[in-house]
Amino acid sequence: MSDFFSSFWGWYVAAISLISMLACLVLLWLTSKKRISSGSDNTTGHVWDTDLRELNNPLPRWWMWLFVITVLFSLVYVALYPGLGTFSGIWKWSSDSAYTTERAQLKQTVAPLFAEFANQPVTTIMHDSRAMAIGERLFMNNCAQCHGSDARGSKGFPNLTDQDWLYGHSAEQIIETITKGRNGVMPSMAAAVGSETEISELAHYVMSLSGSPHDSLKASAGKKSFSACAACHGADGKGNTALGAPNLTDDVWLHGWGENTIVSIIKNGKNNTMPAQEGKLTAEQIRVLAAYVISLSNSTSSTNTALNGSK
Amino acid sequence: MQESADSRKNTVIPIALEEDSTAVVSLYEAHQKVYPRSVKGFFNYWRWIFVGLTQLIFYGLPWLNWGERQAVLFDLGSRRFYIFNLVLYPQDFIYLTGLLVISALSLFLFTAIAGRLWCGFACPQSVYSKIFMWIEYRIEGDRANRIRLDQGPLNIDKLCRKTSKHGLWIAISLWTGFTFVAYFTPIKTLTAEVLALQLGAWEIFWILFYGFATYGNAGWMREQVCKYMCPYARFQSAMFDRDTLIVSYDQQRGENRGSRGRKLTRPEYVAQGLGDCIDCGLCVQVCPTNIDIRNGLQYECISCGGCIDVCNSIMDKMSYPRGLIRFSTLSGMAQKMPPAAMFKRMLRPRVMLYSGILLSLCLGLLISLNVRAPFKVDIVRDRNSLARIVGPGKIENTYRLQIMNATEHVQHYKIELAGIPDLSLDSEYIVEVGPAQSRWIGLRAQLNPGILKSGSHPVDFLITVQGEKPQQLREKSVFLVPR
Repeated sequence: MSDFFSSFWGWYVAAISLISMLACLVLLWLTSKKRISSGSDNTTGHVWDTDLRELNNPLPRWWMWLFVITVLFSLVYVALYPGLGTFSGIWKWSSDSAYTTERAQLKQTVAPLFAEFANQPVTTIMHDSRAMAIGERLFMNNCAQCHGSDARGSKGFPNLTDQDWLYGHSAEQIIETITKGRNGVMPSMAAAVGSETEISELAHYVMSLSGSPHDSLKASAGKKSFSACAACHGADGKGNTALGAPNLTDDVWLHGWGENTIVSIIKNGKNNTMPAQEGKLTAEQIRVLAAYVISLSNSTSSTNTALNGSK
Repeated sequence: MQESADSRKNTVIPIALEEDSTAVVSLYEAHQKVYPRSVKGFFNYWRWIFVGLTQLIFYGLPWLNWGERQAVLFDLGSRRFYIFNLVLYPQDFIYLTGLLVISALSLFLFTAIAGRLWCGFACPQSVYSKIFMWIEYRIEGDRANRIRLDQGPLNIDKLCRKTSKHGLWIAISLWTGFTFVAYFTPIKTLTAEVLALQLGAWEIFWILFYGFATYGNAGWMREQVCKYMCPYARFQSAMFDRDTLIVSYDQQRGENRGSRGRKLTRPEYVAQGLGDCIDCGLCVQVCPTNIDIRNGLQYECISCGGCIDVCNSIMDKMSYPRGLIRFSTLSGMAQKMPPAAMFKRMLRPRVMLYSGILLSLCLGLLISLNVRAPFKVDIVRDRNSLARIVGPGKIENTYRLQIMNATEHVQHYKIELAGIPDLSLDSEYIVEVGPAQSRWIGLRAQLNPGILKSGSHPVDFLITVQGEKPQQLREKSVFLVPR
């Protein structure tokens, strides 16, 4: 009703609804009182267009009572449920409260399911096929939007099936990542590194760390500038999971690969966020989800067991 | 007889065109209970045969096993529909559509040829009414006894009869509801649940609901369902024509109706101005919809043939030839055709058309059921990541493939790509799917860079079932190359 400016419309709708229902009753009462004459040939005696005659085929009386019941039902209905203008009904039903109740009920029904996982170590949960099926559904509903349904991520969204972990791969760390979210920040390093040439040389040095194709002259020239990066990425470029600083020596390139991309990141920095899930998921759900995520990278088969494990 | 004439005067709709009376009536008719008299004869015999056949199928089918499972089971929970050797998925809904179209057309065909045969002989409403009326007949007696019982005061006898009648009706109704639910919950499980009093809420609801519908419709509503609720009664006239076999009263032979002594010979009563109808009124008394067939075809008539049976028995008693009321056609009646001529007219364009469409639909359905692949696939391109670069610059697209096994054996499916040369899956996929199971598989298609321009390229997935009779399905999708 908030769509209307004046409370008049609430009364207007209520009045029309009530008058219509009562009018139906009055109509039924009037027709039940009405008597017509029926001829011996079972017509009403009405003739149109010289030979069209109206047959008398009355409705059964129980049918009329069905009509009456319908009207009474609608009266009870608008008394109990919101239907008359702004009146919210005796039962105070609303789609909002229905949603909240259903959610609460659902939580209650699934609580015992998750309860048994609450105290299990994540490594045990990982080997419970039932938990993994739950985990997959949780992943599909809550994580796949960014990380992909096969959990292999995309540009800017980490692959969860490899061995490279920005924030560590222990159960506690993954649970924390899911619960609290992560915000990875790399500041702009242009000032610290220096000129365009120096940045380009540094980029080639970074590429050399992982053995990617690079210009070795430039790389050796860029090595000195890496001290600016070492604070976070470490002197050997292997990164730091405490800060979420990526390992630069492997061939995982979350934000893209190649000189141009790396130069751009050194110049502009990078800010990447994973949102916290604690408001959406319960601690037990997150526990199961963490077990599922760990299981993804522990699989040895070439195909993705996570996806193949479902029914 | 006297009594029926009286009640006729009191009814709101005058049945017969008798004396010129004008009644003042309400727009809503008070229900007049119909007390059909029991009848024996050819059509009644066939009605019982059809009651037996249809109910044997309905009550018996859930007890039949096919291999390890119930032969006919509609498993709504897991969305699998088992019909003998068939395993149907919701995606096979088209077959149900086909079945319904075929049923409707068969109804049209039967109606065009012989009127409402379905109504009188096979419709559940008539069948259950027939069963219920038989119980009523055994407990309360025939028409006259029932009328007397209903009008009489409530005493021990009446109470016992009414209670046992309704008890039996309710028992049959509950059994019917139980059987109905057994098409959806395996009957062994259901029986165990009933015995342990552990039925689910929905099972209880449907057993009671279906049982109540049976009890109400067959016990109380009866002909009113046909008269007021059934749409078929109202549109049947579209399928009737002058060559449709209907229950008809031979007016030329019967009129003028009237009582006469049994010893009167034909020339004698003809001389008195009488026809063959002795106006005993039995045809009205046996009618389950309480119409007088002598008024001609009426929409209430369900073609049960009760009036034919009872009239024939009277004709036999009077030593008149049978068939004063018989299955005949309007044109046959008018032109006094012999039966052979009427049957000849059965092959008219309308009937040929209905039969032609019906036959081709049946053939189509059978063929399509036979050639259908024993599995289904559905490919969904990953909506979450358009494309990604992996390893040494390869472009990768992710897909999810659902394979639905429509057999009751473990099957292996091989997945391949076609349409884009050099596009390959990241490994060999031979997927195992359990009996009547469906399974989602993640697939990754990879392409070396520089082969295709950026944009969307159509690609086909080929899914082949391994085994003696390899069958292949082709499913379309696209491969995206990022800018």
